[in-house]
Amino acid sequence: MLAYIGRRVLIMIPTLILISIVTFAILQLPPGDYLTSYAAQLRAMGEQVDDEALESLRERYGMGQPVYIQYGKWMWGIITRGDWGQSMEWQRPVSELIWEKLGLTVALAVFSMLISWLIAIPMGVYSATHQYSLPDYLMSTFSFLGVGVPAFLWALIIMYFAQSQLGLNVGGLFSEKYLNAPWSWDKVWDMFKHLWIPALIVAIENTAGELRTTRANLLDEVNKPYVELARAKGLSEGRLIWKYPVRVALNPFFSTVGWSLANRISSITLMSIVLSLQTTGPMQLRALTSQDMYLAGAVLLLLSALTVIGTLISDILLAWVDPRIRLEG
Amino acid sequence: MAESERALQVDARPDVEEEILLEAGATTSMGEEVYVAPPWKLMWWRFRKHKMALVSGVVLIILYFIALCCEFVAPYEPNEASIRFKQVPPTAIHIRDAEGQFHWPFIYQHDRSMDPESFLITYVEDTTIRYPIRLLVRGFEYKWLGRLTSDLHLFGLHPDAADKQGLFLLGTDRLGRDMFARVCYGARISLSMGLVSVFMSLVLGVLLGGVSGYFGGKIDAIIQRVIEFVRTIPTIPLYMTLSAALPMDWPVVRVYFGLTMILALVGWTWMARVVRGRFLAMREEDFVLAARLNGSSEMRIILRHMLPSFLSYIIAQLTLNIPNMILWETGLSFIGLGLRAPAISWGVLLQEAMNLRSLVLAPWVLVPGIAVVLSVLAFNFVGDGLRDAADPYAR
Repeated sequence: MLAYIGRRVLIMIPTLILISIVTFAILQLPPGDYLTSYAAQLRAMGEQVDDEALESLRERYGMGQPVYIQYGKWMWGIITRGDWGQSMEWQRPVSELIWEKLGLTVALAVFSMLISWLIAIPMGVYSATHQYSLPDYLMSTFSFLGVGVPAFLWALIIMYFAQSQLGLNVGGLFSEKYLNAPWSWDKVWDMFKHLWIPALIVAIENTAGELRTTRANLLDEVNKPYVELARAKGLSEGRLIWKYPVRVALNPFFSTVGWSLANRISSITLMSIVLSLQTTGPMQLRALTSQDMYLAGAVLLLLSALTVIGTLISDILLAWVDPRIRLEG
Repeated sequence: MAESERALQVDARPDVEEEILLEAGATTSMGEEVYVAPPWKLMWWRFRKHKMALVSGVVLIILYFIALCCEFVAPYEPNEASIRFKQVPPTAIHIRDAEGQFHWPFIYQHDRSMDPESFLITYVEDTTIRYPIRLLVRGFEYKWLGRLTSDLHLFGLHPDAADKQGLFLLGTDRLGRDMFARVCYGARISLSMGLVSVFMSLVLGVLLGGVSGYFGGKIDAIIQRVIEFVRTIPTIPLYMTLSAALPMDWPVVRVYFGLTMILALVGWTWMARVVRGRFLAMREEDFVLAARLNGSSEMRIILRHMLPSFLSYIIAQLTLNIPNMILWETGLSFIGLGLRAPAISWGVLLQEAMNLRSLVLAPWVLVPGIAVVLSVLAFNFVGDGLRDAADPYAR
């Protein structure tokens, strides 16, 4: 098992390097850089632009150099010092800005995944064992709603009802009191009180697929001879379903943790922009529009790394629940 | 030739035959018809059974008609702002007047008044003045698809009523622009964007997926790794980064095609997986072997024998991919990184809803969202139906 995990970790490394190269290349695509757009902004506001100061800033961020040298420096900083470069807009190191937001993105993703599983597994099993019943149809309808209505639209709808009916502002992840407070248990509790609505929104969008997968897989499974045999031996129906076919039917859940995580990150990004949550979404949008490239690059790279890690976790989970894979690998 | 091969397959599976007979609601005379029915007919019979797919198909036809003829369907110019009709709620259509008399559908004159304390504007119906809704009226002049000049519109009020009262089926926005007209124009960009980007992903997907599945081996392994790699990067953050790279000063048309390219960049991986899977399955089929023994060239085998038999799968997969494209475009334009005003797409229109005040005062700015949901669901149902019908010989 350890060897299996070790091999998986080794495979991750080239993927991450490739992602970092692609990320950096994309960020070089737009014409101009942060300083040119910054200067243009200053001029638009009618302020004097000090060319010399700009030049010295350009020097400092290493912008005049060839791309591969910039990339090399960036990578070297990350690997040796954990230095993700300077955010030009915030005038602070990227690493100071990013970890808390990334943590919230992860918390939201994991939380929503737990909610999805809590919904999808029992509902999927019920749907499959009571095929063509009323709840089965209701669940199909529910899952189509999830497919059709994207998370950011749910966010808008909820924002509307909260504001117009309850007079609540659902934006943000913290109460005002804790917004700039250091982390404490009270703050974590406060966050959870705000977290469940966005987590539920993300879960709605992403549960539908999982619900349908559970149902379809279980339907395939329950007609197999071993189920018949277990039934013939007199096993109670509940025990029979949950102990054997469900376990097999859940395999795809584990194998798709990585993709599911990637999808959730997408939903969270858009939704956070609507609800102005303190996740990576709004920060990335802002960094992109102001061409704050080290910040934007770090966000994209780290989000991709999350997916890679998610895939690793799903490989490990799968090997753990399914001995066939472990032995083969 | 492909059809006779299919007939052989059917003969080999009597149970399938019966099923098709049952599906077609067969009597003995129908039975004859099933034996000789070409594949597309069998597919249609099967598709027809999926009622939701059928309904959704009709919905899609209507939506695409609106997209194609948005100038004709929209009663007002989408960019025509009028401060007098600011944030008007959707106009109620009546068929019965205050005295209980029935009429051809009409609307009442709306009087605008401002609350002296809250400064909120309200519109009250004045039941003494009626405006009948007329079909095929003259309105603003347009060039249909840039060619045909006309001023004919599907419906509207009499041109004389234009500056007194408007017919706003879905209300108006903050600047007094007709939401219905804007949603119609938005349909043209949003719905066509779905088709164009899916088509681009199809070209890439069929090419790479086909190569991957047909040749196998090392090429297959490389392409599979590339697909996994592309899918590792979370889609929306990747799209955001890519579309932020589109220069701000590009004209709308260029941004449009730039966006479709970006969407296709990830979309092709789904197509490629399906195509590869079909190729792998088909490579082992007897009729491919037969064609090869007959001395057909590889190209001929692919185009003449393999392509027709998995075309239906591709079409089903395409249909299921379009909603993703629509959702992605909407999401990107919505946060300001896709198309930008003055271009009108559903995502651009939804930006209005980001303004909390606007959203609360005029909740109908969410209507473009309903249009998105409607088209996404319709494509999903039709795709489901097509997938079930894709292989009419399977059980």
